Amino acid sequence: MKAAGIIMILLTSLVFPGIITRVKSIASGRKGPGLFQPMLDIIRLLKKGSVYSTTTSFIFKIAPVVYFSTILSAACLLPFDNEPGLLSFNGDFIAFSYILALGKFFMIIAALDTGSAFEGMGASREALYSLLVEPAFFVLMASFAMFTGHTSFYEIYNSIYFSSYIAVFVGVLAAYNLFQIIMVENSRLPYDDPKTHLELTMIHEVMVLDNSGFDLALINFASSMKFVVFGTLISNFFFTPETPLYLGIAIFLSIQFLFAVMVGIAESFRARYKLRNNNKAIVLLTPISILIFLSILMIIMHQN
Amino acid sequence: MKIFIFLPLLSFLFFLLPKKFQSYFNALFVIIVAAISSYYAIDVISSGETFTECLPFNVWGNQIILTIDLLSAFFILVINLTVITGSLFAIEYMGMYKERRRSDFYLHFFSFFWLLYSMLMVCMIHNMVAFLVAWEIMSVASFVLVIFENEKPEVLKAGINYLVQMHIGALMLIVGVILVYNETGSLDWSALTTYFSKNSNIGLFLLFFAGFGIKAGFVPFHTWLPQAHPAAPTHVSGIMSGVMIKMGIYGILRVLLHTQSDLLTIGIIILVISIVSGITGVGTAIIQHDLKKLLAYHSIENIGIIGIGIGTGLIGVATQNDLIAILGFGGGILHVLNHSLFKSLLFYSTGSVYLKTHTREIDNLGGLIKKMPHTAILFLVASIAICGLPPFNGFVSEFLIYNGFAASMISSSVGLKILMMFSMLSLVVIGGLAIFCFTKAFGIVFLGTARHIKTEAITEVRWYSLLPQYIILMAIVAIGVVPGLFTGLFFKLAGLYVHSASIVPTSTVLNITSISWFVLLFIGLAIFMYFIKWLFARNKVIEQAPTWGCGYTGDASKLQYTASSYAENYSHDMDDLLNQKTEYDRIATEDIFPQQRSYKTHSESLAEKKLFSPVILSLQKLLNKLAFVQTGKTQHYIMYMFVLLIALILLTIFKVI
Repeated sequence: MKAAGIIMILLTSLVFPGIITRVKSIASGRKGPGLFQPMLDIIRLLKKGSVYSTTTSFIFKIAPVVYFSTILSAACLLPFDNEPGLLSFNGDFIAFSYILALGKFFMIIAALDTGSAFEGMGASREALYSLLVEPAFFVLMASFAMFTGHTSFYEIYNSIYFSSYIAVFVGVLAAYNLFQIIMVENSRLPYDDPKTHLELTMIHEVMVLDNSGFDLALINFASSMKFVVFGTLISNFFFTPETPLYLGIAIFLSIQFLFAVMVGIAESFRARYKLRNNNKAIVLLTPISILIFLSILMIIMHQN
Repeated sequence: MKIFIFLPLLSFLFFLLPKKFQSYFNALFVIIVAAISSYYAIDVISSGETFTECLPFNVWGNQIILTIDLLSAFFILVINLTVITGSLFAIEYMGMYKERRRSDFYLHFFSFFWLLYSMLMVCMIHNMVAFLVAWEIMSVASFVLVIFENEKPEVLKAGINYLVQMHIGALMLIVGVILVYNETGSLDWSALTTYFSKNSNIGLFLLFFAGFGIKAGFVPFHTWLPQAHPAAPTHVSGIMSGVMIKMGIYGILRVLLHTQSDLLTIGIIILVISIVSGITGVGTAIIQHDLKKLLAYHSIENIGIIGIGIGTGLIGVATQNDLIAILGFGGGILHVLNHSLFKSLLFYSTGSVYLKTHTREIDNLGGLIKKMPHTAILFLVASIAICGLPPFNGFVSEFLIYNGFAASMISSSVGLKILMMFSMLSLVVIGGLAIFCFTKAFGIVFLGTARHIKTEAITEVRWYSLLPQYIILMAIVAIGVVPGLFTGLFFKLAGLYVHSASIVPTSTVLNITSISWFVLLFIGLAIFMYFIKWLFARNKVIEQAPTWGCGYTGDASKLQYTASSYAENYSHDMDDLLNQKTEYDRIATEDIFPQQRSYKTHSESLAEKKLFSPVILSLQKLLNKLAFVQTGKTQHYIMYMFVLLIALILLTIFKVI
């Protein structure tokens, strides 16, 4: 069942943003929309026609499609339970990161395609933040590769185990850092507020101001899928080679649920950074990754 | 091969031809020369045997032998591909200068041919003195090409700067050759093996590295690149950036074939210098607003990536880890080909833009995708490729190098693990900055609406300019989608450096076909999703409306983001490193009515300012003190000669020399 992972990711994406919204509404004492509301919104968008800016070219039309496909392709690389993903090869974490970057590339140029000052602003920020966060992810994955002696997701996850106290400490630190990386990658608090109503301070939202209909639906679904894809990176730590499929699915779902709740809580109780401070905050993730790297180096030296 | 040696005689025909036919004849001539040399190169690659032929004449009593081995054959093919496309692209591009004198044309094309011929000779000649002659012809020919528009002072300055720097490089090579000759008495490249087996490897290698590095453009020897590339006509920039600077890499690879000890130190030095080059190149490229200057800085970045591959490979050789060696060298050498493809394509499409708009200023351009859709697609594909993103070729070489890092992090010593981690970090930063830079370049030049140009008269370039670019595009896609077809050759080339050559495990450990599947999966998904989109859009209302302007409905073209504003949030934080200078007219309080104002930014190279300028200045001061001998009186000069002669005679009598 190599396709189990991709199916689970697609299914979870349907409710993931709903859980975050629900948690946020409970935390702020509102009644709030139902779990499926974000998906219903997407379905409504699918039924609508589109408005294209006269300034835009074909780039603007293909970008959402490319963005969606990159995230789906990235999802195909992820292992699930004790099965490798649809594709698994040495160094696939590099391909994972690079294909996601391709999606960003297209979203950025699509934003510039509209010739709008707002979208240019969002594009510039998105480009800068994704460039700043990328090293943190790479060093983190490379550290795990070094730890396990393997370079593919499947083998890394299959042979990773946190045996000693220091290893558990590293695991916690890695989880924290991964969580922050996810928040940057998905343009969430404290780096970007998806619910803001001021274009001047938006990042991701301002880039899709001119998208409508099918394109917007695709982008919104892709964004929630991206969340789940990164959540899978976390949930994979909890599988052991002996986990049967039904238990795997249960673990996957509960981790994703917990993850969504955590995002919701984090978003409810903290303010976003000042835009100027975002750069520094994001750059800081790389030293944390290097710290993880050095700790793992210590563990390896200790073992030998 | 005999014909090949006498072909250059035909180049004098350029002096007789009218200027209309020059570019056609040039293209034809280049194709003939390229076809002949490619024939031998392909033969060498397919048979695996080295081709040698003696020239039918002696040079100062030295027999000159042309040798094509695997390394030469590869570089010959890269040179030929880029120069052929360049000569085809030149046909329409040189039409822009049809008002100029005929002498300009024949000098240009004469040098163009000689640049190709000397580059081929550089690859084929194994006698070091003859090699230096070919090397010199290459530098001079490219100098003449650079100063085509020599009535512009900045072009002439860039040209002279280039020429001087090339000769500093040549000087280092000459010293290196003399050292080798003194020690071994031989002038063949293989004499290096004898030299390296007896002496310390680092000194001589560094000498050659500096000499070749000036040509290649490693930091801090890169300062000629961002001046010469914008000054030259675009097809020349494409060739210089695409292949001529790779001759420096060829030289380094050639010398590395013979090194034997201290490989670890040499590898680390190359790796560190390359990382600095890569980050400096791309980091400075972002703030450029001259499109060709931006591309020139990216050449420095890509030379850095090539060097990172070579350095990693060398570390692999030194630590006797074949996998790392093959991945590093394979990735680095593959990047030589890749860079020659996408960089020449970027230069050619930039040339198309310049041809039609007569500006290279990114901030003036905009919205060209509607007028020049083919050029836009070509530039887009090359941009994605240079950022190292799938599904194009840049990804494959960077993927190999990343795998080299990962392999090295798993199996090397602690120190190397840390080094490799930082190398990986740097390569990621380089990739991220490249994405930042090329979203800017493509987005501002081709998308949105025009900023300061009239777009009515702009049309697509002609088919014979597009044809060579599409040929390059196909190569880019082919390497990106089916890398398995090509990597065999590169692993073979990398195998030259691995002494206990065992290439079999690489293909199994690194399943290169998986990349094909992955890329095909992505492309398939994208096509499928586009089909779904088409299905949904079939019976829906699709409207056109102006871009949403937050309530503002006027002309928004001046509100658009520009290249400078796009890069502002980056350059703001990097101010100290970028050394950017801003000049503008301040608005005084008494200025009631708006007037025309100017705002200029330019960045000065830190290496030039902190490293070279002080040295050159103090040298000038010192030499100024010696200026008293330069009296301008003939009698004095005759006296100097006389004194010298007497001194020489005395020295010989007393057997000092």
